[in-house]
Amino acid sequence: MRIQLVESARGAAVMAALGIATGGGYWFSALALGVTLLKCLLIPTYHSTDFEVHRNWLAITHSLPISQWYYEATSEWTLDYPPFFAWFEYALSHVAKYFDQEMLNVHNLNYSSSRTLLFQRFSVIFTDALFVYAVHECCKCVDGKKAGKELTEKPKFILSVLLLWNFGLLIVDHIHFQYNGFLFGLMLLSIARLFQKRHMEGAFLFAVLLHFKHIYLYVAPAYGVYLLRSYCFTANKPDGSIRWNSFSFVRLTSLGLIVFLVSALSLGPFLALNQLPQVLSRLFPFKRGLCHAYWAPNFWALYNALDKVLSVIGLELKLLDPNKIPKASMTSGLVQQFQHTVLPSVTPLATLICTLMAILPSVFCLWFKPQGPRGFLRCLILCALSSFLFGWHVHEKAILLAVLPMSLLSVGKAGDASIFLILTTTGHYSLFPLLFTAPELPIKILLMLLFTIYSISSLKTLFRKEKPLFNWMETFYLLGLGPLEVFCEFVFPFTSWKLKYPFIPLLLTSVYCAVGITYAWFKLYVSVLTDPPVGKTKKQ
Amino acid sequence: MEKWHLMATVVLIGLTVRWTVSLNSYSGAGKPPMFGDYEAQRHWQEITFNLPVEQWAKFINPDWIALHSSRGYESQAHKLFMRTTVLIADLLIYIPAVVLYCCCLKEISTKKKIANALCILLYPGLILIDYGHFQYNSVSLGFALWGVLGVSCDWDLLGSLAFCLAINYKQMELYHSLPFFCFLLGKCFKKGLKGKGFVLLIKLACTVVASFILCWLPFFTEREQLLQVLRRLFPVDRGLFEDKVANIWCSFSIFLKIKDILPRHIQIIISFCFTFLSLLPACIKLTLQPSPKGFRFTLVSCALSFFLFSFQVHEKSILLVSLPVCLVLSEIPFMSTWFLLVSTFSMLPLLLKDELLMPSVVTTVAFFIACAVSFSIFEKTSEEELQLKSFSISVRKYLPCFTFLPRIIQYLFLISVISMVLLTLITVTLEPPQKLPDLFSVLVCFVSCLNFLFFLVYFNIIIMWDSKNGRNQKKIN
Repeated sequence: MRIQLVESARGAAVMAALGIATGGGYWFSALALGVTLLKCLLIPTYHSTDFEVHRNWLAITHSLPISQWYYEATSEWTLDYPPFFAWFEYALSHVAKYFDQEMLNVHNLNYSSSRTLLFQRFSVIFTDALFVYAVHECCKCVDGKKAGKELTEKPKFILSVLLLWNFGLLIVDHIHFQYNGFLFGLMLLSIARLFQKRHMEGAFLFAVLLHFKHIYLYVAPAYGVYLLRSYCFTANKPDGSIRWNSFSFVRLTSLGLIVFLVSALSLGPFLALNQLPQVLSRLFPFKRGLCHAYWAPNFWALYNALDKVLSVIGLELKLLDPNKIPKASMTSGLVQQFQHTVLPSVTPLATLICTLMAILPSVFCLWFKPQGPRGFLRCLILCALSSFLFGWHVHEKAILLAVLPMSLLSVGKAGDASIFLILTTTGHYSLFPLLFTAPELPIKILLMLLFTIYSISSLKTLFRKEKPLFNWMETFYLLGLGPLEVFCEFVFPFTSWKLKYPFIPLLLTSVYCAVGITYAWFKLYVSVLTDPPVGKTKKQ
Repeated sequence: MEKWHLMATVVLIGLTVRWTVSLNSYSGAGKPPMFGDYEAQRHWQEITFNLPVEQWAKFINPDWIALHSSRGYESQAHKLFMRTTVLIADLLIYIPAVVLYCCCLKEISTKKKIANALCILLYPGLILIDYGHFQYNSVSLGFALWGVLGVSCDWDLLGSLAFCLAINYKQMELYHSLPFFCFLLGKCFKKGLKGKGFVLLIKLACTVVASFILCWLPFFTEREQLLQVLRRLFPVDRGLFEDKVANIWCSFSIFLKIKDILPRHIQIIISFCFTFLSLLPACIKLTLQPSPKGFRFTLVSCALSFFLFSFQVHEKSILLVSLPVCLVLSEIPFMSTWFLLVSTFSMLPLLLKDELLMPSVVTTVAFFIACAVSFSIFEKTSEEELQLKSFSISVRKYLPCFTFLPRIIQYLFLISVISMVLLTLITVTLEPPQKLPDLFSVLVCFVSCLNFLFFLVYFNIIIMWDSKNGRNQKKIN
């Protein structure tokens, strides 16, 4: 173990020296290095079952042949990510064997020696390098003309901090344990390439990303429509509407070819083994319930809460028969199928229809009123948010899909900054139930305060010449998060309600945050729909 | 201040680093029967709870401090409790002192003040000892810092009260007592011993005596009890040094075993003489020409003299030198950063024993980057920046070619850093030879001691040669 520690120390020292030596650009390296050091300090913190999930996948990909990967079920945490991620785990496993051979045994369930922990944590930290590179590329896309002279007031600096030191990403990746860092790196990199007019690379990166984690299908409509509208149609009429005869068949085929080749590379082996149905059933498990164990703060959380309130009222007013109410209710926090009591039950198909209906206006906007990469980014965020709000079995970690791209918009316009702050603060707060252990309580509070204070104050300073970012209602709402946290973590555990209604803190958290996230979604939609069409002023 | 939110960010970073370090192992974890400092603190809680009465701990968990039956108690909840007490003590005493000190720095931009606070709060030595090894140094150092603040801003009574509290919390703070005494005496002299100065002297004397009486009141009941307390506080029976520490006696004993040759009372006399001879010039200068800047530098050199030459010094006592060096970080960033890195390195054997390698490396690198970025230390190595201008001018009267001092210092820095990194790697990866099991600890102490001697000379030079440009320097500072 000491060898690995020393290696990492040496690596850090080299990076430090390089950072100092790069002169003018040293602030970015300092930020990246600083957050990497913080991630190293988070190594001994609590980790969730996701740690065992990834250890299991390391074992499966290392010890078993490809034909067994999607059939192996010794552990309950079966492989349910697309093949590229499986190959990624396979590559990691070849480094893992130098740390601890035992973790690669499929039957070593819940194996977590100190070397295993060290290897897994370091693998997340190292793969974050792709995220750092992507942030660097995104900073190039940010317009810094109206910035002040001070470094800390430049949009590039603020954006780097908002992305590199993002609270949600830190606690989900480096405490809870996941590999979102490099995946979001791929997404941000593909967005940056689209901003830089390198559409083929952007498409390629996104196709690769889809085959790493299929949750990014949520934002695929934005990519598809944007590339079709703004890349395949090479020119617009003066008023901004589509010019049908500028359609480039070459571009369309090249895009199609990219997607096809990537998919072939990923799914090809499994197609050849006739395992495609099995793979798809692993990737899209619809037997899980409408809401995750901890309710994601989306529309269905509000729906469920309303249902619960109505059923309680109904019981009190004797409008409902107590015998007809199903025993196992959502509020006990279990992942299972259930039925609503008062309001109509929700099926996966219903959520799909709701999601599609929510996405459609933004996609239409992207088609009929294209505003270049910025319009694409807004559509992407709206797709991500709409899927979060109306999707089936959404995990609250999925809010990061909307928060991270929104950071790019936040340093551009004051209106976007205000929406971003509401979305981010409530989204990050909704991640609190993920870390429920006592030693992590100060960490999550300190890091949350750090990120929130910095983001609000820096964006306020950036846009100080425009009207204030928040109105009184929004300020009250955000300030209300403080008392909510105090009640849920410090007051409630000592009251008598803890035994009778243990789910109340989770219920309150998700409902309160759902209000904020829905409000941010609504505000963003309004700003997208009411934006004046581009046509005359801006170029593509 | 206008950029309060940046200062809040800095404080939050400092707190986060502290708490994450505290998640690691502590001194003596799982090592019966002696355990370590963690068990010592718990034991003291056991004694003070059960013997006189302190009701508050009763509400949390009486098992933790039950007399006798709680020896060696180790559990997750208890660890959390102990760590939380350190954080709260830090938050209430040390951190506000640091923030206030940085805000009161003169003629520096707000950004530099905030960067200064960040560097002080990220100093690895204090974090690793308080939150890793487990001690409550931030309380005594915090009180001492309040004392420095009070005395520098001419609130002499409050300052001396704070410092008395610091001494009564931890007797090691006596290392800082001489500079306080000389500075305040010098102030009294300056105001004229016949008028205001005399009044100030009387007021200070009363404050000090009153605070000491208040703290020691419960122990005044019996003379024997008082003597017992003193014997516990100043354990002269324990010998010239214990374990491996980076001071002169331990390093000298590589060549000549003084402990075995000379009798106990001669050892005490020798150490007393060396200590006082080395700190006398600076203290006399401070009494004759009291200034806040001279005061800070004298704190450094006095504490360093005590550390190097005194009796029964522990490696953790280097923190008493590190605190004043943190205070002069803004004036000589390059040398201060160098010193603070060496001070952390000198505690390496202790930190390795507590399995704190990862936090040590991470916090040291973080501190180095913070200082390098905030102060651009590698660009500030000219004679003027190192405050060696007057010294160089004096030497050039006899040796006209003496212009190479900055370059020598840069080379020395490089050699020092390389040797520290090499020694760390060697200690971590290799096993010491059978015949010399303590080889690596002794090497670490020896190298650190050489560095500290160099710093002792350097700081004394700054103090002594400060007089000629005294007035000009005051305008700049």
